[in-house]
Amino acid sequence: MKSAVLVFPGINRERDMARALRLCAGSDPAMVWHTETALPAGTDLVVLPGGFSYGDYLRCGAIAARSPVMDAVRAFAASGGLVLGICNGFQILCEAGLLPGVLMRNAGLKFICKDAYIRVERADTPFTRGYDAGQVIRVPVAHGEGNYMADSETIARLEGDGRIVFRYTAPDGALSPDWNMNGSIYAIAGILNERGNVLGMMPHPENHVEDLMGCTDGRGLFAGLGRHFSGRH
Amino acid sequence: MKARVTVTLKSGVLDPQGKAIEGALKSLGVEGVASVRQGKVFDIEVPGADRGRAEAALKEAAERLLANTVIEDYRVEIVG
Repeated sequence: MKSAVLVFPGINRERDMARALRLCAGSDPAMVWHTETALPAGTDLVVLPGGFSYGDYLRCGAIAARSPVMDAVRAFAASGGLVLGICNGFQILCEAGLLPGVLMRNAGLKFICKDAYIRVERADTPFTRGYDAGQVIRVPVAHGEGNYMADSETIARLEGDGRIVFRYTAPDGALSPDWNMNGSIYAIAGILNERGNVLGMMPHPENHVEDLMGCTDGRGLFAGLGRHFSGRH
Repeated sequence: MKARVTVTLKSGVLDPQGKAIEGALKSLGVEGVASVRQGKVFDIEVPGADRGRAEAALKEAAERLLANTVIEDYRVEIVG
């Protein structure tokens, strides 16, 4: 798998992301600066990592979403390439129009930095094939604006088309307002675009990929992506 | 020309920041405040004297960057 990690000013999770890709998917990513107008030839996966691009000025992800490299990402996604956005990367994808909806201030107003339990709703996507449907994984969140919102028509379509891929749940997989820490509608933690090749999620799977981190539940996402492309290069 | 773009949350969109400010005003004892919605104001200098052109540029700025029209409305004014 040929991967590329986008680097915007103010992003701070790009090295963790690169390490997770190397460790779990055997893919040494190209680091692509935001002013680039093209992705490296043969790229299979583009990752938008977490952080605070442009200091979260204006709206989270708003300015990064208008940077030159995003036109290349838009074209790449339109041709079927896989795009993964984590945390600020998810916010950037929403602001860029590659995913519907918006991530608003957490309902409780506080920045939340702790482990979340998320239920993998589908295992038949390139991003989730390393898991079982219904499996609950423990993945850290660290965000102030993760409260997913969209108009009711969009939400109904996301739900109806099975494009809600991750939901915040209790450790046993039960839906509960107590475990939907940021107030997202339908406890949404991650969604797919209509074509199924762009995924955005607030939790950080790259934070749980080594024993030293205390949990390896995040490995499945990267290992699954690696398997998706194995044999193709 | 001086212009102002005002961006506000659409009605019905939850505004936890506005709610927190509302609560703070109440705890300060400020009377006569029923509710608060928080928004943003952009004061913008526009070159030239063509109002129509300025308004078109500001509308484009609001649509393409200043507002996220999924959750926000905007208003463009030439203020002098």
